[in-house]
Amino acid sequence: MTMQMIKQVPVAAPRRLGPEDIAARTTSHNSVRQTVSQTMSMAWRATKKMRRNPEQFFDVTVQPVLFTAMFAYLLGGGMAGSVAAYLPLVIPGILAQTALTACMATGVQLREDMEKGVFDRFKSLPMARIAPLAGPMVADLLRYAIASTLTFLTGIAMGYRPGGGTAGVLLAVALTMVAGWSLAWVFTWVGTLARSAQSVQGISMMIMFPLTFMSNALVPVDTLPGWLAAFVKVNPVSYIVTATRDLANDGDVTAHVGWALVACAAVIAIFAPLSVRGYKRHL
Amino acid sequence: MRHIPAVHAEGLVKSFGDFRAVDGVDLHVDQGEIFGVLGPNGAGKTTMLKMLATLLPIDGGRAEVFGVDVRRDPHRTRQLLGVTGQYASVDENLTANENLWLFGRLQGVSSRASRATAAQLLEQFGLQEAADKPISQFSGGMRRRLDLAASLITRPPLIFLDEPTTGLDPRTRGQMWDTIRELVAGGCTVLLTTQYLDEADQLADRIAVIDRGRKVAEGTPDELKASVGNSTLRLRLTDGADQSVAAGVVRRLLGEDPVLSPESGRMNVALDTADRAADVLISLREAGVGIASVSVDAPTLDEVFLALTGHDTGDSADQSADADKQLEVAR
Repeated sequence: MTMQMIKQVPVAAPRRLGPEDIAARTTSHNSVRQTVSQTMSMAWRATKKMRRNPEQFFDVTVQPVLFTAMFAYLLGGGMAGSVAAYLPLVIPGILAQTALTACMATGVQLREDMEKGVFDRFKSLPMARIAPLAGPMVADLLRYAIASTLTFLTGIAMGYRPGGGTAGVLLAVALTMVAGWSLAWVFTWVGTLARSAQSVQGISMMIMFPLTFMSNALVPVDTLPGWLAAFVKVNPVSYIVTATRDLANDGDVTAHVGWALVACAAVIAIFAPLSVRGYKRHL
Repeated sequence: MRHIPAVHAEGLVKSFGDFRAVDGVDLHVDQGEIFGVLGPNGAGKTTMLKMLATLLPIDGGRAEVFGVDVRRDPHRTRQLLGVTGQYASVDENLTANENLWLFGRLQGVSSRASRATAAQLLEQFGLQEAADKPISQFSGGMRRRLDLAASLITRPPLIFLDEPTTGLDPRTRGQMWDTIRELVAGGCTVLLTTQYLDEADQLADRIAVIDRGRKVAEGTPDELKASVGNSTLRLRLTDGADQSVAAGVVRRLLGEDPVLSPESGRMNVALDTADRAADVLISLREAGVGIASVSVDAPTLDEVFLALTGHDTGDSADQSADADKQLEVAR
C-alpha cells in the first residue's frame, strides 16, 4: 500500500474523443451565475486566509481608534472650537479614510497573491477572470464593517452623539462598505499593474493621501483656496464623506447619498474593466 | 467517429524581447499517449507548455487542443486540460481538503460533489491522513501528489505535467511514474516535460527533444537512444597522450569515433550493447593503452544532446562528476 498508493483508476475519460464530445463537454463562456459562484468561492478562500493570518486585521482595528482620537484632539480645538463640536465633522471623514486605507491593502495582497504558484492554477482553470479580483474584495467587506464600527464606537466613547440615530449610523456603515468596495478597484488595478507588492504599496500611498486629505474629510471646504476647493469638490471621497455626514448626523438620505453612490458606480465602471485587463495581461 | 489529435501545434513561437524562447515548434500528440518533451533547463519546454495551456500568449504559429483553437478559444481549451506545474500550484493557506474543494467549486462542481471528489482523490493519492493539515507541513512529494490530484477534479481528457519528478527522491519518483501510467490507462492523454532521459524512456510513447527553443529530434525512446547507442563506455586513460592511439583502436573496432576530452584524459564510447565494452577493453590492452578507470552506463541526456545538436546541455561538468561517482573499476 505504501509503494502502490493508487487503488483505482482515477480518470474515466472516454477512450477517443470526437469533435461532438468536445462540444458537449465545454461551454463558450462563463454565465453570470457561474461568475458569481466563482467570486464567492474566491471570497471564501480570502476569509480562510484572513482567519489564519489575523495580523491582516491590524489596520482595521488599531487605525480607526488611533486616527479618531488623534485627529479629534489634534484638530478639534482649532477647527471647530472644541473636540465635541468637531466630532460630527471628523467621524464621517475618518470613516472614509479608514475604508480607503483598508482597501489599499487589497491591492498589495492581490499582488502578493499573484506571485504564488496557486495563481497559475487559477489562470489555467476555466473561471471568469474577474473572480480572483472580486472575490477577495467581497471578503474585505468584513474589514470595512469592522473599521467603521470601531470608528463610531471610538467617537461615541469620546462624546459623539450621532443625530441620525441607530438607523443613520447603520446606513453610514453600509455606505462606507459600498464605498470601500468601489474604491478598492482602484488599488486592485494598481495591484495588477505594478511589478512588486512594495511598489503597489508605494503607488497606493500616492493615490490614497491626496484622495483622503484633499477632501472635505478633515476640514470644511470653504476654508480652502479656490484651486484646492475645485479638486476637493470633484473628489469622490468628498461625496462619500458628505453623504456619510448626512446619514450619521441627520439620518437623512439626501441627494449627496445619491451622488456618492453615483461616484462609487463611476469608479467601478472605470477601474473594474481596467483591472480585468491588467490581470489578463499578466497571463 | 472522426479522430482528433489531443494536441496539434504548428510553428509555435514565443519571444521575450529579442530572445526566442520557443522558435517554431511543431507538436502532434495523439489521444491516449504519453508524449514526452525532453530538454535541458531553459530549452523552452515550460514556455511551450504554458502557451498550450493558455497561460502565455502565443506569439506565432497555431495550436489546437482536441481541435479547439487555443488562441481563439482559451475558455474552451481550459475546460479540456489539467495543468500540474513545476512548482506545486496549490494554496499554502489552505488544507489539502480545502484546496481540492475550492478547485472543484471554481469549476462549477457542486459543494457536495466537490467534497466527495476531494475525499476520493485524497484517498487515491495516499493523502487522506494529511487531508486537514496545512500544505506548509507537506513534503515535496506530497505537494506534487496533491497538485496532480487538483488537476484531476473535473477529469480532463488531457493532462500537462511540467517536470513532474524534478527534485523528488527515487522512491517518490517511482510512485509518480505509476500514477501517470494509471492516468493513461484510464483514457487520459499526458503531455509531460522532463530533463531526464530515463524518465522519458520509462514513461513516454514518443519523445520530442527540444533545444534552444527548437525541436531537434522526435521519435520513440528506442529510436532516440539508438542514435547514441544503448550504453556508453567511459574511460580515463593513465596517460593522456595515448588518446589518439586509443581513438584509433575504437575506430577500427566499432567504425565510430569516440568522444574525447583531452584535458582530463577522458574518453566516451557509444555502444550498441554493453557487451561490446569487453571487446574495446581487450583491444586497448593489446594496443598497450593503460586505463585508470572504466564504467559502463546508459547514455545520459547530455550524450543524446551532443549526438543530436553537436553541443552539450550546458551542465556537462555536473554530468561528468556524476559519472565519476558511478561504479568505477580501477585497474
